Amino acid sequence: MNSRERILASVRKNLPRPAVPLPALSEPNGKRVVSALGYKEHFTNLPEVQHSPEDTELLSSFQKQLEAMGGRWFTVADAASVRAKVSELFPDARVVCSAVPEVPGTRRVERISDPHELDDVDVGVVRSPLAVAEAGAVWLTQSELVVNALGVLAQHLIVLLDPSVVVATLHDAYEQIGLGASPYGLFMAGPSATGDIEGVIIHGAQGARSLTVLIVPPQANGEGVA
Amino acid sequence: MTQAVNPEELAERFIGLEQHEATHDRLVWGMRQNRDKSVAGVPEWEHLRELASQIKEHTLTHLDHYLEQFEQNATKLGTHVHWALDAEEHNSIVYSILRDHGVKSLIKSKSMLQEECAMTPYLQRRGIDVTESDLGERIQQLSKEPPSHIVVPAIHKLRSDVAELFARNLGTDPGNSDPHYLTEAMRQNARPRFMSADAGMTGANFAVAETGGFVVCTNEGNADIGACVPPLHIASIGIEKLIPRARDLGVFIRMLSRSALGSPITQYTSHFHGPRSGGELHVILVDNIRSDRLGSADFWHALKCIRCGACMNTCPVYRRGGGLSYGATYSGPIGVILDPGFNLDKYRELPFHSSLCGSCSEVCPVKIDIADQIYKWRRVVAGNGMLRLTKQVGMSALGAALAHPTLYRGGEAVAQTALSHTPRFLLYNPFNPWGKHREMPTAPGHTFRTWYLKNRRTNELT
Amino acid sequence: MISSEQPKPAELRRQRDQGRRIGLFIPCYIDAFFPVVGIATLELLERLGCSVEYPLQQTCCGQPMANSGCQEDSAATEALFVNCFKGFGTIVGPSGSCVHHIRCHFDAIEQTPETKKVRAGARELVEFLHDDLKVEAFPWAAFPHKVGLHNSCSAVRGLGHARPSERIIEPYFSKTRDLLQKVPGVELIEIDRPDECCGFGGSFCVTDEAVSAKMAYDKVHDFHRHGVEYIASADMSCLMNMKGVIDRLKLPLKVIHIAQILNGGPL
Repeated sequence: MNSRERILASVRKNLPRPAVPLPALSEPNGKRVVSALGYKEHFTNLPEVQHSPEDTELLSSFQKQLEAMGGRWFTVADAASVRAKVSELFPDARVVCSAVPEVPGTRRVERISDPHELDDVDVGVVRSPLAVAEAGAVWLTQSELVVNALGVLAQHLIVLLDPSVVVATLHDAYEQIGLGASPYGLFMAGPSATGDIEGVIIHGAQGARSLTVLIVPPQANGEGVA
Repeated sequence: MTQAVNPEELAERFIGLEQHEATHDRLVWGMRQNRDKSVAGVPEWEHLRELASQIKEHTLTHLDHYLEQFEQNATKLGTHVHWALDAEEHNSIVYSILRDHGVKSLIKSKSMLQEECAMTPYLQRRGIDVTESDLGERIQQLSKEPPSHIVVPAIHKLRSDVAELFARNLGTDPGNSDPHYLTEAMRQNARPRFMSADAGMTGANFAVAETGGFVVCTNEGNADIGACVPPLHIASIGIEKLIPRARDLGVFIRMLSRSALGSPITQYTSHFHGPRSGGELHVILVDNIRSDRLGSADFWHALKCIRCGACMNTCPVYRRGGGLSYGATYSGPIGVILDPGFNLDKYRELPFHSSLCGSCSEVCPVKIDIADQIYKWRRVVAGNGMLRLTKQVGMSALGAALAHPTLYRGGEAVAQTALSHTPRFLLYNPFNPWGKHREMPTAPGHTFRTWYLKNRRTNELT
Repeated sequence: MISSEQPKPAELRRQRDQGRRIGLFIPCYIDAFFPVVGIATLELLERLGCSVEYPLQQTCCGQPMANSGCQEDSAATEALFVNCFKGFGTIVGPSGSCVHHIRCHFDAIEQTPETKKVRAGARELVEFLHDDLKVEAFPWAAFPHKVGLHNSCSAVRGLGHARPSERIIEPYFSKTRDLLQKVPGVELIEIDRPDECCGFGGSFCVTDEAVSAKMAYDKVHDFHRHGVEYIASADMSCLMNMKGVIDRLKLPLKVIHIAQILNGGPL
């Protein structure tokens, strides 16, 4: 018997009984949470919590939560505004690696075959197909990143987001993202962070130093991708 | 007989470092408070706990089915799936994969399982250079210490400790203990190691049977760099990490970081399904007594653990004595119930390193009955004759006295006399641990019983 | 003042047979070191019209041995307890940790119908006053002091005296607070960590002494920092632990059992 057989045999022999059925993932009665902003009251008083159950508030909830996670956002009108914003935010960037038609960048990620070539990227630009309001997170897969390492090697990351693709909770997100279709899928909530030294929160630990979400629906290019 | 870990002594040493202990307690309690704040924003929290607990119990009571389903679906995606019976086999599988690929240097993200298997020293002895990429783990690696907390491995250190450590190892300014400066220094030091590594290793928080993929949650994004840059990615996954479906992730991901740090999600929640383009992916499913623990009616619920660390954040004993006082891979309340399963002899003192306050059971997102298990492990230790001799003798004596009313009353009289008449220097001696930091209670001169006999006896039924 | 006139023996026997007599359980350390708490408990129950008897042969509930995992050493004590209290439908004791042990552990002995009846009948004083008797007033009592309330871990997480802070999502409630607020003059003061363990933990306080002492120090300082005069609790073991530290540090704090406040003494 090889290890696989031995492990499975040991598991089967030890299965606890009675077996427990898989519960239905029902939503309990009451408000759905899309924004959890915490409370300041003492333990004995009921907390004052802000919930945003309305669909019209999904975008604003996402924005608030993104900020709480250390990210920032701007609303821009069109492709030209996107390009202007990138230049405004990162005037000294030498290598701008883009995956989106709105921003040509100095390097196209579609041309990269080896992730090591992204070591010197100052700013990465990608578009996210879905964002989660309660988490302040954007979803990115190998389809959007092209080279997965772009999401974590770029010193700064800019993510374009259509305001109509914000969902309320992670439950909703997992229903929609078709997990497994791409070899890599990432919920990114804000920049890279750590609190390992005396609990002090630092942004830019290993991955992106900053995460900027530009809220704009997909735009026809305008300047032509080189 | 192995040398037993003495958590009380190790804790006492940490408490003696006043600034370390005070900072540690304040920071880790802060994590508990942040957890409370974020949970307060989720009105369905207790419902989620119940769901999470049931999903895990369902999976574990059908574990063979889900393991096979995971293997099947992972293999379809092009993932190489290996099975390791124990720590030794895990390490040897890792080494053979690395050797077959000519790997000289490896960069890894946080994995309690790899720590449990003592993988790093095993590989280093065979000439493989291993770098921890998580900041806290790297700090611990450079200190030659194990992690003290599942989520923040170096939380027991002051910034001045890290400054001194980095000055010696990374050439930073020993006088600069600003965490921003130190973290930036680590970023600059780690990046070239990521770029030159031949392979990256991760653990996994969850393995999804339905899709054949697994999920890694970090705040630094270090697991992503390690998985997405080198051409070879190896993940070590304990068999208890299985969950049935993609949609079940919604429950766990919503609870993990809120329980751990009080944020709704970690900065990076990464899902791996087969190798990246141009890469190769290996997964090692590890047993290492997990299937044995599955067969224990009292202790199998510990396998539900999602490694959030909420139990250690809330534990008053953990916060005072520090995570290194457990002398094991797993510290805090979850460590108390896991470690004796790996080595009862070595960890026989751990179940007593607890006041049984029960706070851990209340914060556990998957409703592990941690405090009850601690209590039950005490019975196992006592039942195996492994109680410390003084305690064994003391409990027998106490049990005998309390079973006999006359003996008990005699004992009370002796205690009262001793308290009233023993001079202070004799009463507070090294054999009186209570007296070290506390005054003894005063002798009241009578007992409740004597008062009752005097004031109510006339109405007593015979 | 309600005078407690004692019924005659024949009447007492009839009451006991009808299950209307309460067996009074006084924990070992209260009997030995803090008899005033037992006296306050007895007087309070009598004032409230209860017929109370203290079985003279009782010693202890067995918790110290059981908590160390020593089932064998606990068995005889648990058997003695059952023997003392088997005639009572209701047993009341002023200790959350002991009553928790009786109801939730207490399995070193065979679970005969007698044992099960004793276990089910065990009530802790606060829950008895709040849930069973539903006491609305303590007209004989007054306590014009700043009081810090300490609910023991067994009381909060074991017996459900109050909402534990971990369950932040559930509405707040506290049986001990409800009772204390019925006593004129009591000013309840909130502290930073209201239900963190005080560090007693039974034999833990001597086997893990450094950790236990630090926990007690922190707890006592939390009360002191907030200007508390009296730390009140339904568990004398916690108070004994804190008093030890208070006396060593010579802090201007006093400890008092809730029975003493509700009964108007003795101090």
